Amino acid sequence: MVRFILSKLLFLIPTFLGITIIAFGFVRILPGDPVLLMAGERGVTPERHAELSAQLGFDRPLVMQYLEFLNRLFHGDLGNSLVTKKPVLTEFLALFPATVELALFAIIIATVIGVPVGVLAAIKRGSWFDQVSMTAALVGFSMPIFWWGLLLIIFFSGILGWTPVSGRIDLLYYFPDATGFMLIDSLMSGQEGAFTSAVSHLILPSVVLATIPLAVIARQTRSAMLEVMGEDYVRTARAKGMPQRRVIGVHALRNAMIPVVTTIGLQIGVLMAGAILTETIFSWPGIGKWMIDSISRRDYPVVQSGLLLIAGMVMVVNLLVDLTYGLINPRIRAS
Amino acid sequence: MAILNIRNLTVTFATATGSFTAVNGIDVHVDRHEVLAIVGESGSGKSVSMLAVMGLLPDTATVTADEMTYDGRDLLKMSPAERRKLIGREITMIFQEPVASLNPSFTVGFQIEEVLRINLGLSGRAAHDRAVELFTAVGIPDPEAKLKAYPHQMSGGQCQRVMIAIAIASEPRLLIADEPTTALDVTIQKQILDLLMKLQEDYGMALILITHDMGVVAETADRVVVQYKGRKMEEADVLSLFEAPQSPYTRALLSALPEHATGDRLPTVSDFFQEEPVR
Amino acid sequence: MSDTTVKLSDAAIRRRMLAEFWFYFSQNRGAVAGLVVFALLVVVAIFAPLLAPHGAATQYRDALLLPPVWQEGGNSRFLLGTDAVGRDMLSRLIYGAQYSLFIGIVVVSIALVGGIIIGLVAGFFRGWVDAIIMRVMDLILAFPSLLLALVLVAVLGPGLTNAMIAIAIVYQPHFARLTRAAVMGEMEREYVTAARVAGAGNMRLMFKTILPNCLAPLIVQATLSFSSAVLDSAALGFLGMGAQPPTPEWGTMLAEAREFILRAWWVVTFPGLAILTSVLAINLMGDGLRDALDPKLKRS
Repeated sequence: MVRFILSKLLFLIPTFLGITIIAFGFVRILPGDPVLLMAGERGVTPERHAELSAQLGFDRPLVMQYLEFLNRLFHGDLGNSLVTKKPVLTEFLALFPATVELALFAIIIATVIGVPVGVLAAIKRGSWFDQVSMTAALVGFSMPIFWWGLLLIIFFSGILGWTPVSGRIDLLYYFPDATGFMLIDSLMSGQEGAFTSAVSHLILPSVVLATIPLAVIARQTRSAMLEVMGEDYVRTARAKGMPQRRVIGVHALRNAMIPVVTTIGLQIGVLMAGAILTETIFSWPGIGKWMIDSISRRDYPVVQSGLLLIAGMVMVVNLLVDLTYGLINPRIRAS
Repeated sequence: MAILNIRNLTVTFATATGSFTAVNGIDVHVDRHEVLAIVGESGSGKSVSMLAVMGLLPDTATVTADEMTYDGRDLLKMSPAERRKLIGREITMIFQEPVASLNPSFTVGFQIEEVLRINLGLSGRAAHDRAVELFTAVGIPDPEAKLKAYPHQMSGGQCQRVMIAIAIASEPRLLIADEPTTALDVTIQKQILDLLMKLQEDYGMALILITHDMGVVAETADRVVVQYKGRKMEEADVLSLFEAPQSPYTRALLSALPEHATGDRLPTVSDFFQEEPVR
Repeated sequence: MSDTTVKLSDAAIRRRMLAEFWFYFSQNRGAVAGLVVFALLVVVAIFAPLLAPHGAATQYRDALLLPPVWQEGGNSRFLLGTDAVGRDMLSRLIYGAQYSLFIGIVVVSIALVGGIIIGLVAGFFRGWVDAIIMRVMDLILAFPSLLLALVLVAVLGPGLTNAMIAIAIVYQPHFARLTRAAVMGEMEREYVTAARVAGAGNMRLMFKTILPNCLAPLIVQATLSFSSAVLDSAALGFLGMGAQPPTPEWGTMLAEAREFILRAWWVVTFPGLAILTSVLAINLMGDGLRDALDPKLKRS
């Protein structure tokens, strides 16, 4: 098991270096002057151009620039935003909890609904429940979530007036960031109604973000269950006279969960990064919205480092998923 | 005195291209303490009829029979709950692929103790002790340690011993062994067969042995049923079958034993038996 | 089974395979429904100028934000209502079908051709060539696809062409991986050895002998990528990075409509519905294709 972890970790190093090369290189390799790109349509004076080039180190050889970039990276310096002048890492860390909160809530919704639906659909294969839920799953899988979010806003916020349209909490409430997680902070603040307000702000965005993972998890669970139910050991469990509940809930589910857990884990990585659309629609102040805002503002150090941080984060999540896979699969754990 | 009595059993499977009859009007009966061998090539429906007895066929299968009784009780009319009280307790079964038949996610100890706890109501401690006894009885060395092993950490032969230990845990009156030695090494085959025969004697069980191997039949069975393409070809006690086989198919099966090999190639059943033209 | 062997010509074998494929595909009602909807979409796209009652960019200043015809205040000239500058929704949706199909075709073609060549080379030559190529593919896959596409578009400059290129680059590793895996599987087979012994050159081996035998997974992946391309390009359009206004691309239409969501539900609902319907139709087809082409999943 230790060797398994070590080999996975070793494998990460080249991948991470590759990610730094891509993050570093994308602006420089592709056509266009990065300084002009940053300046946007307004353009810059030649003096300002030279100044910016020097400031960003563009006047030195590419390899030197890259090594310098790596060096600063290892010292935790990811550059400063051109717009706010604040360190990119500080901004990232301030916004990250909002995205994590949203992504976790979404994945919990997706798992809590998706797994039982998938299991039930597999057990009752061909029934109306199977057909309806799998059709719904395919619709969810095909959903343009930016539109889905707008529809939910029209219905729940516009027509019913149940949920707020955007943000994380009512402006009425103010309390310092303790953890960055609004649900926890609002509870800790002790202010009446703060927690309810945080929850009502979180519900629609997380439902929207959960839609595609929910569909994927339900489909994957169903097919994993169907495959496992045909295995010899499930027949053995029946032959042993085990009750149906136990055959499905213990013998089949335990094995079907191995690929499903991997899927769920990979979805977390996708969600944390892919909250771009959801965060934009609901003005959720997370890293997805931060990235899209920085892209449209041509805040190039933020885009570069943000890309690096997000890819690095996805990589770490995927590593954890790999390790979990090893933990729940005895064939890997015990060898 | 028959413990299992089946008359005119038919099993059909619904498939995408129509229905397929796997077992066609088979009669089987087994007496207490008797060893019955059901012989046939793959596809002869010999496993399917026994899976029908166990209620282990998929939903696509339709089972009909004039009679299907265990100890005088009608298996077909029984409620699923009643039937489960028999399956895994009085009637148990072991399968062809021992490694695949054990759940890869649980230790073999868990898989045998679960039977002892749920079917026999033993406490955790008692189940563990009984599991050690059973492992000893089926000849697994160092049973305490082996209880903690996962199926993939054991050999095929050992997995089959675990399956047998699970099958005899509730001291059943009928054990169905579906090609129990086919997937094993030749040297292990004999050990497993001897173990089964010894346990059959010790526990006084009836044993149904499904096999395609006439050699196995000769060594173990009291009585033999020969099946071909879902139909019964012949039924006889083992001595008469080998001395004076009645059906041409049985004669073909016997001729195809490796001892009868001539020249450089092994004989096959089709060397001796041509299917009757379809009418 | 008859015991007389019938010698079949290549064409006859191909016909029989096609018939078998169609048999399995037509068993799947969803897939057939998807195919019908998709065919309709193609017809609409091709005959858009004939079908659309108005021009895609024609603005009727006297008819701003008119609701659909069945709602109070609707006008039979504009069946699905008009948008904020008085353009006919229905006509824009009809022209939008052209963009969606065009985007899907272009993205899948680039990704497919690129992926096949890269995958064939990696799987065929193995060794260090393979190692480098596949590391690069892994790298691209390490980034969330929409984010990478966004950043690529940001660098290349917003617009439909760049959006398509970016999406194709992001999808291409899937095809490369599939092709490589299939090629490595096929390379072990006897027929490849036979062709090699018979003196077939590398190019001939790669494209004529091996490629046709690994088409099935590629076709399935291509269908799935087609629907993802429609979705992702709409998402880029929605974020202002894809097709630019006043292009009647569905995602771009949604972006323009955002500010009216609480006042004019139709300008938001219809473009999204169009995206969902086409993506769903293609995914239904994809599921059917996978079941019909993958012998492992065939019902016995």
